[in-house]
Amino acid sequence: MEILILLLALFVLSLFLGVELITKVPPTLHTPLMSGTNAVSGITLVGAMLAAGNEGSPMLVNVLGFIAVTLATINVVGGYLVTNRMLAMFKRK
Amino acid sequence: MNPNIVSFVYLVAGILFILGIKGLTKPKTAVRGNRLSALGMLLAVVITLLNINTVDFSFIIAGVLVGGIVGGIMALRIQMTSMPQMVALLNGFGGGASLTIALAEYFTVLGVAPSSFAELLNPVMVESSAFGVGVEGTIAVLAIGLTILIGAVTLTGSLIAFSKLQELMKKSYGLPGGPIGNGLFLLTALAAVGFLVINPGNVAAVVAIVALALLLGLFLVMPIGGADMPVVIALLNSYSGIAAALAGFILGNTVLIIAGSLVGTSGLILTQIMCVAMNRSLANVLFGKMAAGGEKIDADEIYAGKVTSAQPEEVAMMLEVAERVVIVPGYGMAMAQAQHAVRELADAMEARGIEVEYGIHPVAGRMPGHMNVLLAEAEVPYDNLVEMDRINPTFEDTDVVIVIGANDVTNPMARDAEGSPIYGMPILNVDKAKNVVVIKRSLSPGFAGLPNPLFAMDHTLMVYGDGKKAVVEITAALNQA
Repeated sequence: MEILILLLALFVLSLFLGVELITKVPPTLHTPLMSGTNAVSGITLVGAMLAAGNEGSPMLVNVLGFIAVTLATINVVGGYLVTNRMLAMFKRK
Repeated sequence: MNPNIVSFVYLVAGILFILGIKGLTKPKTAVRGNRLSALGMLLAVVITLLNINTVDFSFIIAGVLVGGIVGGIMALRIQMTSMPQMVALLNGFGGGASLTIALAEYFTVLGVAPSSFAELLNPVMVESSAFGVGVEGTIAVLAIGLTILIGAVTLTGSLIAFSKLQELMKKSYGLPGGPIGNGLFLLTALAAVGFLVINPGNVAAVVAIVALALLLGLFLVMPIGGADMPVVIALLNSYSGIAAALAGFILGNTVLIIAGSLVGTSGLILTQIMCVAMNRSLANVLFGKMAAGGEKIDADEIYAGKVTSAQPEEVAMMLEVAERVVIVPGYGMAMAQAQHAVRELADAMEARGIEVEYGIHPVAGRMPGHMNVLLAEAEVPYDNLVEMDRINPTFEDTDVVIVIGANDVTNPMARDAEGSPIYGMPILNVDKAKNVVVIKRSLSPGFAGLPNPLFAMDHTLMVYGDGKKAVVEITAALNQA
């Protein structure tokens, strides 16, 4: 139960931090912000790997894990690369 | 491995994500921010791999290979005009990942391997403490149910958003009953989640949640189109983050919670900004059509005999004597791929000592910041991209405004015509400038379906034709002058 409360505290504090951070992002960078946060949400890759790699699990779990790993990796790789591509255009003058 | 080390590395990854987003608050620090964020991701993934005990890497390697190749090709091939489609797809994949993780976790705890779909539907006897003792177990199952629900809605909703942006789906379909039908769907899905919480072993309830949520995603987004897409994409962006945070609760994983809630708030704030910029509530965008105007506004009455058209040469002559010009781009500029031509026109003007700025409306284009990315691609310095609140006071001192591919966001009816469907929406006050040039294919209405009195004003010139071609011709004429 204590862990649950801790996780909840982390969640709520992160929400507040998110509001503080995101409201400072200028409209010029809103598209890279969206693709960049897409990449960050690919952090589900961590959970996906745990599901896909667990040898003792039923096959169904490993297959679901494989799908999750694939989708999350697309988000991570695609998200960071395309964000980098866009931001590089903003950098040069 | 010592779980404390893993938790510590997750904390470092979370900090790097936060620094990454902080970097995005300035164009100069943005690239470094993005790299810090990517470094955080790498750390989190590596420590997770090192921490798995009984590991069969084949599924992980296969998934990373397939995902890496698909993601890499998408990111490097995509055209800047198609960024909304790419983000829509990524939102959907994020939702899909959370959905499948929740399902995998559910079946792991259940410990069964159903051999057929029929067997899958059989309730499984589980210990009441399988998902955790007491309240913990209840919350764990609730988190699984909600992750499945939100993840599935995000998945199909985003795929529909993608096909609409890609113009694979041109018509708008909806449930009979519209919002009421969607509401019933949502309530049924929530009821299934509730049922699952009471009977954690009931696999049929899980299947029902998946099916209902997938359909709900379809029905929510199918009726929405065109200029409302920025709101939908931002909202789905938020959902994908919330689903990730919920998945963090299922797995008790701190970095998932931090990252998911940052993404969730980001999407919500962008949604809010887009709604304010259209002067509409979120409910109105999601469920309502644009309200029909009090009286039917007759386009002929507004335009008849009052619209002046011009040739590119005449526009060039007007520009020759101008001191300050503001360019107002819209989705039409993206459609015509005219961003490079626009930059060249701006270069030609600046070479003559004319001050050039760009006025960017928050909802111009099909996603937040769409115009800025296109113009950045054309190497327009970002300092010249001026947001609505800062550019509006300058229009009175502007000699010429060039509107290219924008319509509703310049419609003075939003300011002056009380009772008009767009009344109250903040607009770019281009009509306050000394001269206005509108480059447009025809007098057809924009997304709001309204005539634009701006086109009929005495100081407005219409240049009909393809946006890119018209801009190129104006540039050529200006260079010859």
